[in-house]
Amino acid sequence: MSAPLLSARGVTKRFGGRIACRDVSFDLWPGEVLGIVGESGSGKTTLLNCLAGRLLPDGGSVAYETQSAGTVDVHHLSEARRRLLARTEWGFVNQDARDGLRMGVSAGANIGERLMAVGARHYGDIRREAVDWMARVEIDADRLDDRPTTYSGGMRQRLQIARNLVSKPRLVFMDEPTGGLDVSVQARILDLLRGLVEGLHLSAVLVTHDLGVARLLTHRLMVMQGGAVVEQGLTDQVLDDPQDAYTQMLVASILPV
Amino acid sequence: MPDTNIQATAYNYAYLDEQTKRMIRRAILKAVAVPGYQVPFGGREMPLPYGWGTGGIQVTAAIIGRDDTLKVIDQGADDTTNAVSIRRFFAKVAEVATTTHTEEATVIQTRHRVPETPLTDGQILVFQVPIPEPLRMLEPRETETRTLHALSEYGVMQVSLYESIARHGRIAKTYNYPVMVNGRYIMSPSPIPKFDNPKLDRSAALQLYGAGREKRIYAVPPHTPVKSLDFDDHPFEIETWTECCALCGSKESFLDEMIVDDTGKRLFVCSDTDYCESRR
Repeated sequence: MSAPLLSARGVTKRFGGRIACRDVSFDLWPGEVLGIVGESGSGKTTLLNCLAGRLLPDGGSVAYETQSAGTVDVHHLSEARRRLLARTEWGFVNQDARDGLRMGVSAGANIGERLMAVGARHYGDIRREAVDWMARVEIDADRLDDRPTTYSGGMRQRLQIARNLVSKPRLVFMDEPTGGLDVSVQARILDLLRGLVEGLHLSAVLVTHDLGVARLLTHRLMVMQGGAVVEQGLTDQVLDDPQDAYTQMLVASILPV
Repeated sequence: MPDTNIQATAYNYAYLDEQTKRMIRRAILKAVAVPGYQVPFGGREMPLPYGWGTGGIQVTAAIIGRDDTLKVIDQGADDTTNAVSIRRFFAKVAEVATTTHTEEATVIQTRHRVPETPLTDGQILVFQVPIPEPLRMLEPRETETRTLHALSEYGVMQVSLYESIARHGRIAKTYNYPVMVNGRYIMSPSPIPKFDNPKLDRSAALQLYGAGREKRIYAVPPHTPVKSLDFDDHPFEIETWTECCALCGSKESFLDEMIVDDTGKRLFVCSDTDYCESRR
């Protein structure tokens, strides 16, 4: 098998005396979806930001296997290379769609931004691509010229996903993509994400506190507590036969319906 | 060079002190060396309010000498308050000859227009700039816009043009139309009509841009390519008029529309007064 797509070794991040994540190591293989679960404040988002190059870790390294230039150390790249990587080979889906969208411009412009950033200069082509992606994330094409401010929360989240996937990234970081949405909208987005991940052969790192989301989307799971990984393994294995006391508690606290 | 003859007056030659002029000249040299890059400089208080041309005046003061001939235009006209005041200011403090004829001028300070008469080698065009940052309306953070310039990340500028077409069916921006200088930096050409953008491209004259409030100087050296941004299927276009100038009959110049009586009668005249007068 080829090299892992993303490989973290001993990633540690401190904020002053407080350790946000401690000595995290894992490999993410092409086509794999890795879930990071844990309670609020356990360092999930900090870890995700370190992986995506948005935060500089205090220790450890993150290696990424690029499409053409071999393996690179994410935090030793020049800022220009890292930003280029982030808007071509990577995607980042924020919990709050407002952080990931340009709220002042139309949905079409939001989807087209990455294309224009890498040099697309044909309005008609960009627009066609935007219409195509609107359909793929199940938004009516006649909302193309509306601003995201007129969209519902679920639509904004789907628009954010489209905006990220338009550049055909290989790796998508997702921070609670369904947090703050009602359950029926959550279900649609999960459905959509599952279809896209499989259809596009994406790899993803998904942060969530919702074990249901993790069960549905992820292949492998890392459980974090107090900044450290307490258990990792195949999702079904971790959820059905949790070994660590904390994981057992987490699994036991899922509300039966 | 300080002049003993004017020691009795309260100000130095060309109003600014010599150290300030040296500082501004250094900024200008850097700006010329990196076309389109905004160079910060220590802008001084000038005897007129921000927005009236403090940046342009400081640039002019730094480069002007006794053998220069100065022309000042405001919206193309030589006879508006701003133009007359600035011309008189330099006639007094820098003892320069002034003119209204584009061909005779060595330094032309301008607000909102580029003269219709093609500029030649050795002429310097000084622009007054209100907002030097072309990305300002899209990205409010200065640290971020500097990064975008440094990394040549200009997708967001294209997004604004896309948005304009999506909303209006065409690129509706008519002035301060963003340009790419020498294939590297996106630059605000100051609020000139987009009609004038093609005149910036490979112009024989040196173009200097001064922003007083924002304390930035940038430049386009002679014969530098300046490209107006556009889309392949929505190419850059300049304004056109169905009328011609009512005074000189020009069909090629930038026309101002005037309402001349109470019944709404309209008249189109050249905005460049010197060009118009020379044709009558």
